[in-house]
Amino acid sequence: MKALVCVKRVIDYNVKVRVKSDETGVELNNVKMAMNPFDEIAVEQAIRMKEAGAVSEIVVVSIGPKQAQETIRTGLAMGADRGIHVEHDGELEPLAIAKMLKALVEKEEPGIVFCGKQAIDGDNNQTPQMLSALLGWPQGTFASGVELNDAGALITREVDGGLEDIQINMPAVLSVDLRLNEPRYASLPNIMKAKKKPIDGTTPADLGVDPAPRLTTLKVTEPPARAAGVKVASVAELVAKLRDEAKVI
Amino acid sequence: MFQDRDETTEAIRSGVARLCMDFPGEYWRDLDAKRAYPKAFVDALTEQGYLASLIPEVYGGAGLDLASACVILETIHRSGGNAGAAHAQMYTMGTLLRHGSEAQKQQYLPGIADGNLRLQAFGVTEPSSGTDTTRIKTTAVREGDFFRINGQKIWTSRAEYSDLMILLARTTPRSDCAKPSDGMSVFIVDMRENLGKSITINKIDTMINHSTTAVFFDDLMVPADNLIGQEGKGFRYILGGMNAERILIASECIGDARFFVDRASAYAREREVFGRPIGQNQGIQFPLAQAHMQTEAAMLMVERAASLYDQGQVRGSEANMAKYLAAEASWFAADTAMQTFGGFAFAAEYDIERKFREARLYRTAPISTNLIFSHVATHDLGLPKSF
Ligand SMILES: Cc1cc2nc3c(=O)[nH]c(=O)nc-3n(C[C@H](O)[C@H](O)[C@H](O)COP(=O)(O)OP(=O)(O)OC[C@H]3O[C@@H](n4cnc5c(N)ncnc54)[C@H](O)[C@@H]3O)c2cc1C
Ligand SMILES: Cc1cc2nc3c(=O)[nH]c(=O)nc-3n(C[C@H](O)[C@H](O)[C@H](O)COP(=O)(O)OP(=O)(O)OC[C@H]3O[C@@H](n4cnc5c(N)ncnc54)[C@H](O)[C@@H]3O)c2cc1C
Repeated sequence: MKALVCVKRVIDYNVKVRVKSDETGVELNNVKMAMNPFDEIAVEQAIRMKEAGAVSEIVVVSIGPKQAQETIRTGLAMGADRGIHVEHDGELEPLAIAKMLKALVEKEEPGIVFCGKQAIDGDNNQTPQMLSALLGWPQGTFASGVELNDAGALITREVDGGLEDIQINMPAVLSVDLRLNEPRYASLPNIMKAKKKPIDGTTPADLGVDPAPRLTTLKVTEPPARAAGVKVASVAELVAKLRDEAKVI
Repeated sequence: MFQDRDETTEAIRSGVARLCMDFPGEYWRDLDAKRAYPKAFVDALTEQGYLASLIPEVYGGAGLDLASACVILETIHRSGGNAGAAHAQMYTMGTLLRHGSEAQKQQYLPGIADGNLRLQAFGVTEPSSGTDTTRIKTTAVREGDFFRINGQKIWTSRAEYSDLMILLARTTPRSDCAKPSDGMSVFIVDMRENLGKSITINKIDTMINHSTTAVFFDDLMVPADNLIGQEGKGFRYILGGMNAERILIASECIGDARFFVDRASAYAREREVFGRPIGQNQGIQFPLAQAHMQTEAAMLMVERAASLYDQGQVRGSEANMAKYLAAEASWFAADTAMQTFGGFAFAAEYDIERKFREARLYRTAPISTNLIFSHVATHDLGLPKSF
């Protein structure tokens, strides 16, 4: 079974994001970029399934500017086999991405598609769901457990207040959650090997998708600064404030 | 350093940064307090292949250039760690690689590349000759298929954590040589077979947690096959390796300088006294700006020296200048961070005092500042040698 893993280039999670002074977006110049952390978990899952013999080939896909190839290369250095880069500069919305992924799925015919549950830049949490709808495939979202069985796959989902197990048919689209695994990082020999792995290039036009955004961003602003807290003199005062002012007890 | 050079460099930088996240300040502070060797860190670097970066692919390494190795070491130091416990595994093999026979390379390099053989020790400095290397007193006398070695080395770092040592010894008395730098030879010594017999290693307590030792050779018999290159030409072989060492250590200094500037700037933005961030005061922000500029300038020199090295054109001068400028930049940044952190700089928890102590080493070792001045004055400015 072939696995397709979607990876996105986002601002590194260690970077403190700053809003541009003209409020049109966030500052991306000279900012360290990295693979979306949830996508790393997706790549790791595919690699583990390949190591276990359940997956035969791992293809990583990224849609974005030229530099998105670095993100693909990260996936290849972790252990994926080859990459596909859909080159596009500028804004992209989940629906356009899902359409492009659908075109790639039709071409590549994977048995399973892995995505991160959301990208830490836009926090949209939409692409995998849209992709599954467009393909008419089952979806297993927020996966913290993936187990293949004769009937398809048993997916453990992280839901509010607990875990939910669902049985789905295959092929399917999965979006992975934080606790699924701890992704490995690439060793130097694997970084060197990744240099020789192929990355195919394509474009939205080749895939027959119009990537023009449907939404207009009016303004991006910093969240309001948190107001300072208050000091209380005693436990009794704290309890009184929690009861009478905050009304939480 | 070498920012945005290519994808591989960036992958290496983030790979190393990621590895270092598993070894945070607490890890280094704890070792510092115990004066213990960072075994887990060195093992991780070995397992991930970074210490084999300079070994050619045919011998099991990554076959990378010096610039890539510079990025690895800079990243470790910028993260707050210290590569001093292991960096020699990267470059000490250079002498063997450039001057060893094919049989010697086949014998040792694959083991060094996969970490089964540790080549961390480099025995040059002696107690009575110091910087004046041509006056070393350790001798190697040919006896049939062996050399009999007697003498003492000092400051031989990591000898306790190494299987092999690259050793410089006199094979012809200085007085019988046309030039003082003739008559010295390089050996690759397998210490494992001889420890506690003809080799004694004594640990030296140091100001920083840098494992270093005095090593005594008492009728050590080394097979003649372990002579590297030609007898009597050893000093030249060692000098070639020293250029790599200086450029790599300069990269560590750049990493240290960045650590200090990063940490001190962050602290100066957050820390408020007199009702405003201390970084708003010119007395705090100007030295930080100065430290940043000095670091950037030194980095350019280190990049230049590394690039020349990779083109096979580096001279001692560029390697020395890179090391000098980087060590000065990191020392200034260290002192500026000490000042910025006020009293908290002295609290071990902030990692500033530990890094401050560590940064000081590179104004002395592997070559001290005065000797760099002397080198540049005579080689670049045509001034008469002062000694
Ligand atoms: C932690 C540590 C690790 C080390 N690791 C190693 C190692 O692994 N292998 C190894 O071989 N060595 C190692 N060294 C040794 C290091 O290279 C030497 O300490 C250094 O080269 C200086 O030699 P010295 O200590 O004998 O100083 P000296 O030669 O005694 O010099 C003392 C001072 O006098 C100055 N001086 C000397 N001659 C002149 C001159 N002609 N003109 C002007 N000033 C002069 C020097 O610059 C220096 O400031 C290490 C040292 C340290 C501290
Ligand atoms: C080992 C040790 C022993 C000590 N013993 C004692 C003791 O026994 N009793 C005691 O009371 N204290 C003691 N201290 C505290 C010491 O007096 C303070 O650390 C020192 O006064 C600095 O205060 P701070 O650490 O809060 O630094 P901060 O006030 O935070 O200052 C940080 C940096 O900002 C600079 N800065 C601050 N404001 C300005 C400004 N307006 N313009 C320009 N620069 C500015 C400072 O000069 C400093 O470089 C001790 C400290 C140490 C390290």
